[in-house]
Amino acid sequence: MTTMAEPLARAADVGGPRQPLLEVEGLTKHFPVRRSSFFGPKPVARAVDGVSFSIAKGETLGVVGESGCGKSTTARLLMRLIEPDAGRMVFDGELVGGDLDLRDLRRRMQMVFQDSYASLNPRLTIAESLAFAPTVHGIPHGEAIAEAAALLEQVGLDPGIVLHRHPHQLSGGQRQRVNIARALALHPRLVILDEAVSALDKSVEAQVLNLLVDLKERLDLTYMFISHDLNVVHYIADRAMVMYLGKVVELGPVDRIYADPRHPYTRALFAARLSHDPEKRTTAAVLQGDPPNPIDPPSGCRFRTRCPLAAEICAAREPAVIDLGEGHTVACHLHDPLAGHPEARRDA
Amino acid sequence: MDPSELGPIPPDQMKATRTPGYWRLVGGRILADRVTLVCLALLALIVASAVFADLLAPLDPLKTSMVKRLKPIGTPGFLLGTDELGRDILSRLLFGGRMSLLMGIWPVANALVVGGLLGIVAGFFGGRVNMLIMRTVDVFYAFPSVLLAVAISGALGSGMKNAIVALTIVFVPPLVRIAETVTTQVRSLDFVEAARASGAGSPTIIRVHLLPNVMGPILVYASGLISVSIILASGLSFLGLGVEPPQAEWGLMLNTLRQAIYVQPWVAVLPGLMIFVTSICCNLASDGLRNAMEIKQ
Repeated sequence: MTTMAEPLARAADVGGPRQPLLEVEGLTKHFPVRRSSFFGPKPVARAVDGVSFSIAKGETLGVVGESGCGKSTTARLLMRLIEPDAGRMVFDGELVGGDLDLRDLRRRMQMVFQDSYASLNPRLTIAESLAFAPTVHGIPHGEAIAEAAALLEQVGLDPGIVLHRHPHQLSGGQRQRVNIARALALHPRLVILDEAVSALDKSVEAQVLNLLVDLKERLDLTYMFISHDLNVVHYIADRAMVMYLGKVVELGPVDRIYADPRHPYTRALFAARLSHDPEKRTTAAVLQGDPPNPIDPPSGCRFRTRCPLAAEICAAREPAVIDLGEGHTVACHLHDPLAGHPEARRDA
Repeated sequence: MDPSELGPIPPDQMKATRTPGYWRLVGGRILADRVTLVCLALLALIVASAVFADLLAPLDPLKTSMVKRLKPIGTPGFLLGTDELGRDILSRLLFGGRMSLLMGIWPVANALVVGGLLGIVAGFFGGRVNMLIMRTVDVFYAFPSVLLAVAISGALGSGMKNAIVALTIVFVPPLVRIAETVTTQVRSLDFVEAARASGAGSPTIIRVHLLPNVMGPILVYASGLISVSIILASGLSFLGLGVEPPQAEWGLMLNTLRQAIYVQPWVAVLPGLMIFVTSICCNLASDGLRNAMEIKQ
């Protein structure tokens, strides 16, 4: 790297605006689980199973899905907090682990966690928490502390009040702003927001969301926004990725997916959304039961056990990813003219 | 609130400061806790009296007198009476405190370093390292601590050095356990993940993020062990495995005076009373410290 003089300069754009900032291919993580008997193969939980997507420069990719669908594991795999079993990651044209080592990757990509209290060291002052990452990357401690004040101002906090406090002396919203400031301390290009606003009160959530939108514009950031809240994703994201049991089932521009969801699971998700319109309120459960166990997922399509339109083909073969045009893709036999799903014509 | 309304940040607030607020808070809590204050004062008194035993002791603790054996408390010249060989109890208690406190603190300090290190390593790295360390520790757990101390001491032979080695080995396993448990808890918190995500290596993460958060509970537990160590060391001396006569040590004094319990019960009880007071003060003070050092949300 040629960044010795100013180690924390933001990493330069490499491939121009048309090259995706991050391309992920076949990302896979199987967690070993305790086997039930001493004999037989060691079982694994297929937490993330062959996930592929890309994030364009300057966009916000929303990731939605039930708990346990692999959203957070995907985020941790991207940050390399856990080692993937398989898959390739290319950051702005540089292969992660090849051209780009982990230390440099972590300067370009940062993460905000859901639990604002657990993600700050309770024994450090806010100033020290914010200064930690820059010091690791070679900035003198004094400079890093001075920089911390600027970071706090950037996220709308008064450094004079917050800088020398401890995390337990701040409110949840303030703490999450500090966490955002901490993620920005290394001047990253991509910020992964893992349920970053989910634990906040609605009013605070709105403020923090607006802050995120504002920061993205000012600092030319790219977001991967993980949430279980469909409304929030609709508000903030340009494209949405729907995950189910470790797989991507649908991916496309937010407007298209929200207006016309194609995968039966996406439709179920939207149907389960709370409505402000009393006429449209429903008490019937849209989906029955819990997602199947990722240790032994259903054959073929993983959603078939809960899918109202499941047919024989769904158990026999895993659905291919079908391109519906305009960057909208879906992994469902219904939309594959070659799959021979009985409902295919009527529905597609 | 609009930050610009508050004007520029005063330069003294921009400086890096090392969390003075926290320790002031801890100090304030201790000052408000009377039980802990009394215990700490008593401990300070006991430690001071042991350190300055040379100056404080009215008589030579080793000087025997066949005539003045087993005098009661309050005998002129022997404030706390005499033992079975006519030695001054007060002087022996003061000098004995040196030995007893040494036997209480030294093994725990040794075990704190060894056990704390092993436990933090086991907890932080997990997996096979954890397995290796923790299963080895479990072997030591299979023996009751007193038995283990007696067995090791017996095998190494009597004497103070060997007793310290034996007690250190006894205290390592529980400290490894505590350190491992606390480390495992802290390691799984998001701020450790965030530190890794910022590109920091394991030594830095352990130093900055782990140690400050695990040292509190480990230190408090260790301070509670000091009383156990004093009692175990007294027990070893009692069995003839620790400090050797004629040196004064509370456990040893208790042992020799036990035969005199029907003649001078109050004199015989004194060394036991010192052990009791010291260990209960250690326990209560460590409880108080834990409460004071807690981070309340």
